[in-house]
Amino acid sequence: MSTEKLKETIQKVFPDVECVICWQEGFDKLHTTPLFITTPDQTEKVVWNPLCVQNLAAYLPSMKGKKVAVVVKGCDSRTIVQFMQEGLIDRNNVVVIGIPCRGVVSVKKVLAATGQQPIEDVKLSDGNIIVKTLKGEKTLAIADVSPGKCKTCQYPTPVIYDFLVGEPIESDKPAESVYDDVREFEKLSLAERKAYFEKEFGKCIRCYACRNACPMCVCQDSCIAETRDPHWITQKMTPEEKMMFHMIHSVHLAGRCVECGECERVCPMDIPVAKLKKKINSAMKELFDYVPGVNPEDKPPMYTFNVDEVKIKEHKL
Amino acid sequence: MSDVAPKELRIVGFLCNWCSYGGADTAGVSRFRQPTDLRVIRVPCSGRVDPLFVVRALLTGADGVLVSGCHPRDCHYSDGNFYARRRLEMLKQLLPFVGIDERRFHYTWVSASEGQKWQQVVTNFTKQIHELGPLHEKKEKAV
Repeated sequence: MSTEKLKETIQKVFPDVECVICWQEGFDKLHTTPLFITTPDQTEKVVWNPLCVQNLAAYLPSMKGKKVAVVVKGCDSRTIVQFMQEGLIDRNNVVVIGIPCRGVVSVKKVLAATGQQPIEDVKLSDGNIIVKTLKGEKTLAIADVSPGKCKTCQYPTPVIYDFLVGEPIESDKPAESVYDDVREFEKLSLAERKAYFEKEFGKCIRCYACRNACPMCVCQDSCIAETRDPHWITQKMTPEEKMMFHMIHSVHLAGRCVECGECERVCPMDIPVAKLKKKINSAMKELFDYVPGVNPEDKPPMYTFNVDEVKIKEHKL
Repeated sequence: MSDVAPKELRIVGFLCNWCSYGGADTAGVSRFRQPTDLRVIRVPCSGRVDPLFVVRALLTGADGVLVSGCHPRDCHYSDGNFYARRRLEMLKQLLPFVGIDERRFHYTWVSASEGQKWQQVVTNFTKQIHELGPLHEKKEKAV
């Protein structure tokens, strides 16, 4: 069991770190919540399974200055690399415990498949998740209830780690297919795209959960969506203001979004928030051949420039 | 003055202080005929133009947005427009994705001596926006 191996590894890092960030069982069997442990004897609560969805690396910038260990999946590890590129963490103060991951479960999809019933028990067995509710048991394949990011996952093994729990695995998904959904969406007409986003962003209740969960949204309380000076957006619940908020979020993540999918996971209204960010990332790949959160030596494309941009053509009127 | 169409549209122009604003001034001093739909906002450098300025303008009433700065390599602050180029290109690709016609936003480079070029940019861009028509027609009718 890799949970046991993970516990052993956590025991090992202990004298060197103040705190280890990992997952524990949540209020029911379907949910896991973050666990911060400060002494080795607390490790018995640690869990690792496909229900460990939260990106724990997001806590790192707020713990700068402390020596911390963090448990990451492949996708979460890109966050750490991106933090390093932007100087938001000190790599010497972070111990990265990587876990190769074959895909996680989207809690929303499981709840939808089981009719939003209270969860009594959850069992995981080779590629399946068996959910027991008041209305009986249901067996679902993990691949069917995994979030969109897992379907095109290119980094099942963490891109950076000090300890690896388990054997590294290679991605079996084609690299060209990562932005297929973006290209598919672009086939729609301008009016259809506009209507789509008006409908989707129309649902937004401006709770800012997407921003709060986003590991790269490091401004937090100074976010321009809330400051009065400058007063970028008003409190009105109009489609324009909602759209503006999502544009702020996407433009501020240009060339930085590591596609961890936290924004979509936490959205209470099921808005495809990550779509805009994915579009920008596909543009970054095309224009600057840049993939966020892969190589710590890279510089985010908006932080730098070339005097002669090969791919940017001058626009004619 | 307008020689494009009778009804004026709202076009916002962000011009850098050192080149394009000077270029627009040159065009004015030389008495070149230009459409009057453009409202100019002077910024210290095209690098000052946050892509969100453009988004905000387009969402809150502008029919078109024009950003103009010094030619690459000629920036008064040596590298402001290099950053601007990357940001604005990113925006240019993002706008059509959310259903805003990319022709409503244009960025270009005009130096202080290019009065003639400035006139052409303004005339052509205004013409382009008039062809596309108003962006917020429905909303304005409702009011």
